[in-house]
Amino acid sequence: MDTKKKTSIIRSLGLGLAVLVAMVIYGYGFQVTKVNLDETRSPRRQEQLVRILRALAKPDIIEYEREEFEVNAPILVPCPAGELTAPEPDRSGPYMILTPQCAEPQTNIRVEGFNFEPRTGGPIIFIPPSEVKLQMGTIETDESGHFEVTVELPKRPSEEVQYVRVITRRNVGAPHFTQTAKDTWDKIIETVFLALLATTIGTALAVPISFFTARNLMKDVRSPLASISLSILAWPAGIAIGIQVSRLVGGLTAVLSDNLALNIGSLFAGLVVAWLPMRWALPQEEIQRPTISLRLARLAALFVASLAAILSLFLLSKLVIELGNVLAVRFQFVRFLGTFITDLGEILAILITLIAALVGGAALSNSAGRLGQLLNTRLPNLARVSLNLLFTALAGATLMALSGAGIDWLYQIDDLSKTLWWPAGIGAVLAFGAALLIKEADTVPIGLVIYYISRTILNALRAIEPLIMVIVFAVWVGIGPFAGVLALSLHTIAALAKLYSEQVESILPGPLEAVTATGANRLQTIIYAVIPQIVPPYISFTMYRWDINVRMSTIIGFAGGGGIGFLLQQNINLFNYRAASAQMIAIAIVVASMDYLSSVMREKVV
Amino acid sequence: MLIIKNLTKIYEGGVLALDNVNFSVEEGQFLAVIGLSGSGKSTLLRCINRLIDPTQGQVIWNGLDITAASHEELRRIRRRIGMVFQQFNLVYRSTVLTNVLAGRLGYVNPAWSLINRFPKSDLEKARQQLQRVGIADKAYQRADELSGGQQQRVGVARAMMQDPEMVLADEPVASLDPVLAHSIMQYLEQINKEDGVTVLCSLHFLDLVHRYADRVVALNEGRLVFEGLPAEIDDKKFKEIYGKDAERVG
Repeated sequence: MDTKKKTSIIRSLGLGLAVLVAMVIYGYGFQVTKVNLDETRSPRRQEQLVRILRALAKPDIIEYEREEFEVNAPILVPCPAGELTAPEPDRSGPYMILTPQCAEPQTNIRVEGFNFEPRTGGPIIFIPPSEVKLQMGTIETDESGHFEVTVELPKRPSEEVQYVRVITRRNVGAPHFTQTAKDTWDKIIETVFLALLATTIGTALAVPISFFTARNLMKDVRSPLASISLSILAWPAGIAIGIQVSRLVGGLTAVLSDNLALNIGSLFAGLVVAWLPMRWALPQEEIQRPTISLRLARLAALFVASLAAILSLFLLSKLVIELGNVLAVRFQFVRFLGTFITDLGEILAILITLIAALVGGAALSNSAGRLGQLLNTRLPNLARVSLNLLFTALAGATLMALSGAGIDWLYQIDDLSKTLWWPAGIGAVLAFGAALLIKEADTVPIGLVIYYISRTILNALRAIEPLIMVIVFAVWVGIGPFAGVLALSLHTIAALAKLYSEQVESILPGPLEAVTATGANRLQTIIYAVIPQIVPPYISFTMYRWDINVRMSTIIGFAGGGGIGFLLQQNINLFNYRAASAQMIAIAIVVASMDYLSSVMREKVV
Repeated sequence: MLIIKNLTKIYEGGVLALDNVNFSVEEGQFLAVIGLSGSGKSTLLRCINRLIDPTQGQVIWNGLDITAASHEELRRIRRRIGMVFQQFNLVYRSTVLTNVLAGRLGYVNPAWSLINRFPKSDLEKARQQLQRVGIADKAYQRADELSGGQQQRVGVARAMMQDPEMVLADEPVASLDPVLAHSIMQYLEQINKEDGVTVLCSLHFLDLVHRYADRVVALNEGRLVFEGLPAEIDDKKFKEIYGKDAERVG
């Protein structure tokens, strides 16, 4: 009984405290965000709100050709001496009746109009014989085309007949789109394609990355320290070799691509030279373990094949660039296709160097890793331990020296002892210590290390909004949609890689186990057991991301990324709210239809 | 000849799944592994092809120490050991043919298999294996369109694609009805008797053990509690294997 009472008191005290805390939090929130109810009530603000809402409600999309139309009525100022007979107005069209039909200057007369365009307006003007226009006021017709207005005559006495003229404008012909509408259309197309490109590039890069950020794939990747250190040592060397080789071969290409026939001929020759040794060096099936000499011969054949492949790719890129140029010059109407093909050729040339560097690094580090494993099993104990220590120390030194070089590049320290010798020394000592602690037979979970590093990088990238990234890219490639594409692509890579890798982590482990049990290597396991399971969610996430990218690309122009946001921001800054309204409507339509389309397509796929 | 020596597996978290297990299997034998759920049967089979790395002990197969094999050696060992699973473990979105061809992945060159190119002889072999298990007409269907019994036949065909010298079957019929169970067991028997492949098969039902196995090992809480002929399992042995309160069914 007693304890019950106590708990209920504590509970109500706690509740009261919670309410108090909530009051404080939200009260502070109101203060910080400057919530001001008086402002919302002030007539001036309300008037502004009404003005902007009305402008937004009238998007600047459709307009008519307009024509000026004038109606004249004669008047005498001042009244003549004799009897005045005013001519009867022509009642078939619009006409005006003045009362009185003559008057002294600076007196008021009443003007009534009939048969005008309904609901239109315009100036009412006094026309003296000199034909200058003296505006007396404005008129506005009602729904039957009638108006009535009292105006003061100007101080222009004259013997001659003078006129009162009303000028109205009226719409003629069919409605057509305004310039704003056309600009909006251009920019919205740009926006959709910006999103498409960013999604494509982002997806292409996020798919391979996602395998490195999937815990279930990476946690079993373990290697002895010796092979890891040798791999680390081999990566930079392999990359350097790859770049050098592709440069050398690229130089050779310049000679061969002078002449079109020579270019095509050597392209085919290159393909044959690449294909045949590759067929020989990669037999489809192998039951017996090959001898060392056969393996070396195969390695040499593969090297020749890759040289030939690089050469052919360079030649292909030259050919494609040439083709694009010809297309762009000869066929003006598909000029953009020609330029696109030229760009593709250039991208190919860049990619070859990149791929050569990566393949060089991967191949060399792979062989070095195997060498490390071999050393671990074949060598006598003492040699093994000392080599292990040596390689690990070297690898640590290399890693730290490379990061030192990166820091030097960023901060321009220009002091070799600080950026090279010290870091290398510290790295060597640390790695040496680690090698002493880890037994050489033990394996290091290198997969998890890669997993955590790549996860961290992706998390950091994802935390930066594309609106901020685009500022950097706009400085690099200039303000425009290309900067937007690059910024959105980068963000897409980070976001999709995370979503994808979560899908990889949730696949059924059974097939993975079964394929591993057949003796498949890691890459084969991924291709045969992982990829078939993740295709539907990958497609679904890509669609979802495209949807997000369309949204993002509508505002990325605010920060210099091109697309419709650029136009919208301009119009808002110019207080041109009717144009801004047209752009907002365009954004709403595109985003809503993208939303619908992606959900329909996702349902179809999954 | 497969020799299991002092095999111990302690999972992360301290669960003792295998406790100093010793036995050996002659070549061409059909060995049944029995025991309650959680007694370590699956762990034992997976330690043999090192889908699970044992904590201690050795697995020696034809004089080769599997537990000490390097990465590359392990692949060459695994490709000669077929495996059949309780949940079939097919890649459900792939075709039956692709699932069966996956059994050749340890033999084909990785570079070619990446672009889904298998030698003609392998395609022919896959068709033969599907013929053998009686589902040749399903080759181009997706694996998830098949019934449970048909899926397990695909699993058997995949294991046979490896030209195995040994098959590990982890409760291959536990998810199937009795009629289908016998048909799958008959395929395993055929493989064992006709092709001379050693079979290690964990089973739940003693009548299946009596019908198909040459020898039996029994596990209880990770310890080997029985090793002998199926006929030697009397009521007393049964209680030792399955616990005092167990009742015989089937």
